[in-house]
Amino acid sequence: MRRYFERKLFIYILTFVLAVTIDWLIPRFMPGNPIQILISRAGLKAESAKLLYSYYMRAFGLDVPVWRQYLNFWIALFHGDFGISIWLFPQPVIQIIMRAVPFDVLLLLPAILLSWLAGNKFGAYAARSKWLDNTISPLGYILTATPYMWLGIMLGWLFGVILHVLPFSGAYSYSMMPSFSWAFVGSLLQHWILPFASLFLVMFGGWAIGMRNMIIYELEADYSHYLEALGAPRKLVRNYAFRNALLPQITGLALQLGVIVGGALVTEIVFSYPGIGYLTLQAIQNHDFFLLQGCFLFVIIGVLLANFAIDIAYVLLDPRTRAGMQGEG
Amino acid sequence: MSLQVENLTVYYQTLKGDVHALEGASFGIVDGEIMGLAGESGCGKTTFGQSLIFLHPPMKLVKGRVTLDNVELPIGDMERMNDFRFKKISIVPQYAMNAMNPTRKIGKMTAELLMSRNVDFQTLLPELKRRLDLVKLSYDVLNMYPIELSGGMKQRMVMVLSTLLNPSLLIADEITSALDVSSQKAVAEMLVEFRNKGYCKSVIVITHDISVLYEIADTILIMYAGQLAEKASSDIIMFAPLHPYTKMLISTLPEVGVRYADKRLTGIPGGPPLLLNPPVGCRFRERCPLAFEKCIEAPPFIETGKNHFVACWKAGA
Repeated sequence: MRRYFERKLFIYILTFVLAVTIDWLIPRFMPGNPIQILISRAGLKAESAKLLYSYYMRAFGLDVPVWRQYLNFWIALFHGDFGISIWLFPQPVIQIIMRAVPFDVLLLLPAILLSWLAGNKFGAYAARSKWLDNTISPLGYILTATPYMWLGIMLGWLFGVILHVLPFSGAYSYSMMPSFSWAFVGSLLQHWILPFASLFLVMFGGWAIGMRNMIIYELEADYSHYLEALGAPRKLVRNYAFRNALLPQITGLALQLGVIVGGALVTEIVFSYPGIGYLTLQAIQNHDFFLLQGCFLFVIIGVLLANFAIDIAYVLLDPRTRAGMQGEG
Repeated sequence: MSLQVENLTVYYQTLKGDVHALEGASFGIVDGEIMGLAGESGCGKTTFGQSLIFLHPPMKLVKGRVTLDNVELPIGDMERMNDFRFKKISIVPQYAMNAMNPTRKIGKMTAELLMSRNVDFQTLLPELKRRLDLVKLSYDVLNMYPIELSGGMKQRMVMVLSTLLNPSLLIADEITSALDVSSQKAVAEMLVEFRNKGYCKSVIVITHDISVLYEIADTILIMYAGQLAEKASSDIIMFAPLHPYTKMLISTLPEVGVRYADKRLTGIPGGPPLLLNPPVGCRFRERCPLAFEKCIEAPPFIETGKNHFVACWKAGA
C-alpha cells in the first residue's frame, strides 16, 4: 500500500516538474516582446522608452540569461510568487487569478456535477428500453458533437437577442458592483444561466452516451449472463452493471473537475465570463507571460490533484486496483 | 425420467439467415445420471446446454418440448423460466472464470443473488461452508473478490454456487477445459461427489474431451453438426460404438500401451458442414466411409439396443 502511493507520488512530482517546465517555455516561445507592448501602450518618446525598457526588463527579471530565468522562476514559485501581470500592470498574477477562480467554480462545478448525474441517469435509462435508446442516444450524440461556443452563441442569440429574456455578457450586470445584496445575486444568476446551459447540454450528451455504451457492454459481460442464467431479477443484474459501468465515468468526472480552475475557455469568451479561461485569452493577446504561466499552473495543479483523487477513489471502489497494488508491493 | 427432451430445435438468428445449431434433439436422462455431451467444436453442445436454461437472443426456439421431473420447462419464455433457474436447473457456464461480478466480494454477491431469489443466505450459510470444505476452499473466499482467486478456485466456487439450491439438473459446460490435467481430475471427481451427495440429481457434462467423460459419465451423447448421433453408456460408446462418427472419434483417442512412433494417430478427414445451410439428410454423409444412397434421408435417432440410441441407417441393420 505504501509503496503504491510512494510510486504514485513520485510520478506526480515528476509530471509536475515537466509540466511546469513546459508551462514556463510556452509563453517564451510566443512571438513578440511583452515589454515592448507594455511600453508602446504608454506612448513615450524614444529616449525615455529605452530607459523604461531596461528598467522593466530588470523588474520582470528578463535581463538575465535564460537558464537563470528558469531557476528564478522555480525559486519564486516555492515562495508562492507568480509574478506581476503585464496586462494589468502592476497587479500580482495571483490576485488576478484568485478574483477569477470563484466564477469558474460557480459556473463549472454545477455544470459538471449536474450533467454527470443527469447524463449517467439518462444513459442508464437509454440502455434499458428501445424507445428511450432511440430518443436519448441520437440527442446525446448531437449534443456531445456540438461545439461549446456554437451552442453558446445560439443560446445567446435565441434568449438574449431574439427573446430578450436573458443577458449574455459578463458575470453580472455592468452597472453593479459586487456586493451581498439580493439584486446582485439575482443578476449573477441571470448571467449564469446561459453559459451554464451551454456547458451542461454538451457535457450531458457526452456522459449519457458514455454511460449507455458502458452499460450495454457490462450487460453483455459474462457475469451478467451468469446471473441471468441463475434467474436473478433484472434489477440485480442492472444494478451490478450500473455500478461497474460507473467506474470509467468516475475517472472522467474527476478529470473534468481537475480542469475547473482552468475554466471553460471558449464558453467564457463567448459570454465574456470573467473566469480563468477568459483570463488566458487576455494573457495571450497581451503577451502576458506571467499571467499565462499562472493560468496554466492552476490547470496543472488541478489536473494532478484530480488524478491523485481518482487514484485514491479507485482503491476504495475497485478491488482490481487493490490486487494490482499487492502485486507491486 | 428426470429430463425429457423432445424434438428440440434451436436456431441462431443472423443477418445471413438462421444457423441450424440444434435440430430435432430427442432423448432422456434418468435420475442420478451423469450424461456426457461430446462432439467437435461448433456442433451445438453449448447451444444445447444454454437453450435448456437461458435461451436468449440471438438463439430462437423453433420447436420442441423439455420436461424436468414431469413439469414442462417454459424454455422459450425468459420471464417464466426464472422460477426454474437455479432452483430446478442450474449451470456451471463455459466462462466460469469470469462468471462472478469482479467488483463484489464473493460472499456478498452470493447473498445478494440468494436474496433476489427469496432464499435466506444466513440459513444456507452452514451448508455453503460444508460445501466449500468439500471442494477444498477456505471460508475466506467469501470475503474475497473474484480477482483474488486462481482459475481453479473460481471454477470450484462457481460449482458450489450453482448447485447451492440442489437443482434437479446441472449443466456443466466445459468445466475442465481451462484447467491443467491434475485439476481436471479433481474437478471431475468433485462433480461425481456432488451427484453422489445429492447436490444435483442429474448432470449434463459438456466437453470435447471424451477421456474425461469416460472417467465420470454414466452415459455419453455424441453430437454432430447440430444433430444427435449416438447415446449409450460410456462403456458402449468407448468400446462398441455403432455410429461411424463415434467410431472415428473414439479411434482418434490415444491408447495406453500403443507406441505412436510406429502407428500415427489419425484424425477424421474433412470438417463439419456449415450450419447456415446444412446439407439435407445425414449431416455426416460427406465424411462418412459407409455412406450410401439412403443417407440422403435423415436417419432417425432410434433405440437399437437397450438404452443405446443411434442415428444411422447402417447401425440398425
